[in-house]
Formats: sequence, C-alpha cells, structure tokens
Amino acid sequence: MSFKNIHQQYNWEETTQSIESKTAQDVEFALTKDRIDLEDFKALISPAGENYLEQMAQLSHRLTQKRFGKTIQLYIPLYLSNECANGCIYCGFNCQNKISRHTLNKDEILKEAEIIKSMGFEHLLLVTGEHLRNCGVDYIEEAIQLLRPHFASLSVEIAPMDLPDYNRLQKHGLNTVYVYQETYHKERYSIYHPRGKKADFDYRLETPDRLGKANIHRIGLGCLLGLENWRTDSFFTALHLQYLEKTYWRTKYSISFPRLRPHAGSFEPNYPVNDKQLVQLISAYRIFNGELEISLSTRENPIFRNNMIGLGVTNMSAGSKTEPGGYANPNKELKQFEVSDERSPAEVSGVIQSAGYETVWKDWDQCLM
Amino acid sequence: MDKLTIADKTFNSRLFLGTGKFSSNQLMQDSIVASGSELVTVALKRVDMKSGADDMLKHLNIPGVNLLPNTSGVRNAKEAVFAAQLAAEALGTKWLKLEIHPDPKYLLPDGEETLKACYELAKEGFIILPYIHADPVLCKKLEDAGASAVMPLGSPIGTNQGLKTKEFLKIIIEQSNLPVIVDAGIGVPSHAAEAMELGADAVLVNTAIAVAHDPVQMGEAFKMSVQAGRIGHLSGPGAVRQQAEASSPLTSFLSEL
Repeated sequence: MSFKNIHQQYNWEETTQSIESKTAQDVEFALTKDRIDLEDFKALISPAGENYLEQMAQLSHRLTQKRFGKTIQLYIPLYLSNECANGCIYCGFNCQNKISRHTLNKDEILKEAEIIKSMGFEHLLLVTGEHLRNCGVDYIEEAIQLLRPHFASLSVEIAPMDLPDYNRLQKHGLNTVYVYQETYHKERYSIYHPRGKKADFDYRLETPDRLGKANIHRIGLGCLLGLENWRTDSFFTALHLQYLEKTYWRTKYSISFPRLRPHAGSFEPNYPVNDKQLVQLISAYRIFNGELEISLSTRENPIFRNNMIGLGVTNMSAGSKTEPGGYANPNKELKQFEVSDERSPAEVSGVIQSAGYETVWKDWDQCLM
Repeated sequence: MDKLTIADKTFNSRLFLGTGKFSSNQLMQDSIVASGSELVTVALKRVDMKSGADDMLKHLNIPGVNLLPNTSGVRNAKEAVFAAQLAAEALGTKWLKLEIHPDPKYLLPDGEETLKACYELAKEGFIILPYIHADPVLCKKLEDAGASAVMPLGSPIGTNQGLKTKEFLKIIIEQSNLPVIVDAGIGVPSHAAEAMELGADAVLVNTAIAVAHDPVQMGEAFKMSVQAGRIGHLSGPGAVRQQAEASSPLTSFLSEL
C-alpha cells in the first residue's frame, strides 16, 4: 500500500469538475467549521472561494499565529551541483540546455558554508540536479558529513532515492527531504518529464512513502504551480498530505509553492497562478491544516513576500543563490532560475522584525537525531 | 501567597512561562518580568548551546528567573536522555521539562517513553518535570520513577481551549504526592485561575501570553489570576449549588416538636 493506490482511485477531470462546481454556500460552510475536510478544501480553492479571500486570509492569519506564534524561520539553499540527466522542459538544469555544469568539491562546499554561516543561517537546504554518477547518494552522504558540524539542520532537494539510501542519509543527520511531485496529472507528467529517471511518475509519487519509512523527520511536498490546473494539483497535494499524516504520523510536513519563473529554456506556464490565487491557496492550506509548515522562497518578489509574513507562511529563504558556488563566486550562467527577491538575509530579517515578528535562525539541534 | 517548593527550589510565583512564539526576545523578557514568573522553559532546539552568545539565552538572564530546559523535538526515551545530558552540560542545570512527543502534529506526549526516560534520568540526578496526558495512573507511576513534579495537559498544546481534562486533573490533584503543574491549553487568565482553584500547584503558560496583542499586560493579568486562584483555593470556597437555598427550611418544624 502506498499513495499510488489512493491516487489511482481519482480521476483528474472529475476532480477538476468537482472543484469548479463548488458554490458560495460551500465556501461559507467550510469557513464556519472547526476542522475542515477535503471537500471543504476544494471549496476554499475553487473559483467561488476567490470571493472570500479576505475572510480566508484573516482566518489563516489567526490559525498560523496560534500554532507558530509571531515567528518566521529563515533558511538558505546551497546548490551543490547543476548536473542533471533529466530533461524537464520547464527547468534551467534540463540536460539539453547548453549551460556550464559544475559540481562542488569539498573545498568549494566548505567555502560556501563559511559564507552562509557568516550570514547567520543554521538551517541549510542542499540542492542538486539529478545526476546519479556525479551527485548520487555517496556524494550527498559526504556533503552531509562535511556540513553537519556547522549547521543545526540539514535538508535536501535532490533526486528521489531508494529506501536504503534514505536510511543511510538519515543516520548521518539528514533532517528534511523536499520532493515535489510537480504535477499529479499522470498523463501530462510525461510530457514535462520526457527523459531520465524523473520520467517515472510512480517512483516519484511513492518517494514520500519511502521517506516516511526511513523515519526522515520532515517531508516537504508541493507541486509546480503553472504546469497544470493548479486547483486540481493542489487538491491532490492535500490528499497526499492527508494520507502521509495518517500513515507516517511521526513525520512533520511542510509545503512549498514554487511558481514557474523565467529560466534558460523557453517554457511558458500553461496555467499561470496570479498573486490573488496564491494567497487563496496558501490560506486554504492553513485552514485545512493548522500545523503544516508553509514555506515561501525567493522566487517570489519582495513586496509579495513582505505581505505574506503573518498570512500563513512560517518559513522563508533569504539571500538565495541558485547556482553551485554562487555565494563565493556568483555566476549567472549556472543558475536554475532567477530569484525575484535579491535582498540580503539581514534585510529580510529586518523586514520580518518590523512586521512584528521574530526571525528564528535556529529551531533544531543535531543532538536531536 | 504561600510559596511553592519543587525539589531543592522554592518559588514565590506559581506561574511558569514558555518562551516560544514571542514577536521578539525583548518582548519575551518584558513579559516574563511582568508575569513575576521565576521558572521559564526553553527549547533546546531554539538555542545555540555552542557559541555562548545566543540572543534568546541572553534575554533569559533575568535575576530571580530559573531556566527549565525542555526536550521538545525528541521522539523517544533514548533521544530524550541524550538531549537532557547535553542541556545539563550546556545550560548548567539539572532541571528538565521532559517532553517526548513522537507526533509532531498535535505534539501529544508519549507516556510510555516518558516513564522510561524518567527512570533513566532520575538515576542521573535530574530534577524531572514530565509533560504528560492528564492520566492519573501515569502520574503515580512517574512518582515512583523519581519525577519531581507532574505536568498534565489541560487541552492540546497551543489550543487555548482551557481545562478540557478537568475531571482527570481533579483526580491527579487529589492523589498526587508531587506538585501538579497544569501545562498546555491555558488560553486566558480565567483558565489559570480555574486550575489554581482546583488545587493545582502551578500552571505553565506560553501561547496565551506570547500571542496576545499586548503580551506584557497579559503576563501581568496571568500573574494576578494565578494569585487569585491560589488564594481562592486556600480560602476554602463554599460549595457550588445548583439551586438557591430555601429560606424556609422544610424540616424546621422538627425543632418545634
């Protein structure tokens, strides 16, 4: 039994139709409930829900503060490699893109880490493309061993792995794994991911199950907003979350909202998500799940990010460079995507504080592993 | 108000505070001072134990305020014991709020693992205040295991729902030989007063103060409500009656016979 079995029970078109047929009455009903279910969640993300944005945002604000207080946790990505064997048509690391490729060696990793530490970070996210030979499990294991003494929490956003590999990394102090399904539309998935290991929809879909079995502390979910109907994809993400919470109840969950950004290829989003809709979506998730960590990256612009403090979001990246070696030697050509918020971590922290929130740099400890 | 003794320490205040969720460390400090609290719990995972320059710890260095490190984040007894040892070394105290919640969603405590860790840590000389369900049997077992107080929850942590476990808290208070500190779920000052009137020895509050519009004033409000509740308890309140008492008793004729 895995999420694959549950996913198979749903039909994409019927689900879309069910979301789109939700009425104002359904939304109002959802907003009166203590704990909402997936049908209510559909109403909140439906077109009818758009008219209740302010009420949803208010509720999301209250629920977030109740659980997380007046705090925002900061983290930063460290791109270790942009080598990739996949051909995802929307991604700057697509193996067919003619960009320089580089994988950091140990010295380079430590150099990046030193700069990141000097900015105050304790929570580090390691990112690679999917290249088994050059940045597979052995490479990641080494990187974790190298970095563990310097950071309170290590997360990865890397190629999905087999259970024994996750077990290995977990023992070395890996705290969180982010794995985005990109889209839950199985047929359309293969159009976006034509080659490489990532073309295997089911393997990716079952990755969070393997993470749960490996006892990874936190799993980050999400879909790539812009690929397919975001409402339907978000319903499936919520369904996935609910299944995982019930099955792997010792695990913590977080969700991210990557919106497609300009990049080296030529892909334009099929279903762009506007700012208003992203607020609707974030608020809906918060109302659906009061305990979920919600993360917002530097893909989003400063004004949007400033205003999302206190509106459901609990974690933010800051000062991000999306190319390997970018902190020591910025090199635009190696980037995965352009960041929209180029402010320094200190500036972002200042904004958090002036919004009446405390910046949390450390909320984990290696002694807890 | 009478003093409270737990293990080797005596407290003038029966209000303990949590330190998470405040909008700044300065505001946290001001709220603690306003609340008169002398024992504050701090999550190991939030502080930098290595550098010696942690901003939160700096703001918790308040005269008369003791630190109660907590093990929030551990999932079993083994991890709790390890974390406790590190906390003792880094923060220089053997006092410990033992909390083990394998469920990161509702942060509900694992009684079985807590009991196991309590036996282990008591042998190492820790002053253990375990955070647990309002489970009277577990409280007695923790007494045997060497705990110095028990901290049953009023309702799920962070919910501000008040004393949903009231009937069980009453039994715990009646049976316990250890101080009973009601922890979690206390959302407004009247909840704290209610717990104290029931006969709890102290309460621990975090969210209700940290997330209040004015945390400093709320800290003061809790200070007063805890005092009022305690004094109310000590004063021996009259019984609560469902009906007004008849002014012409039905049996008064008996004295006239």
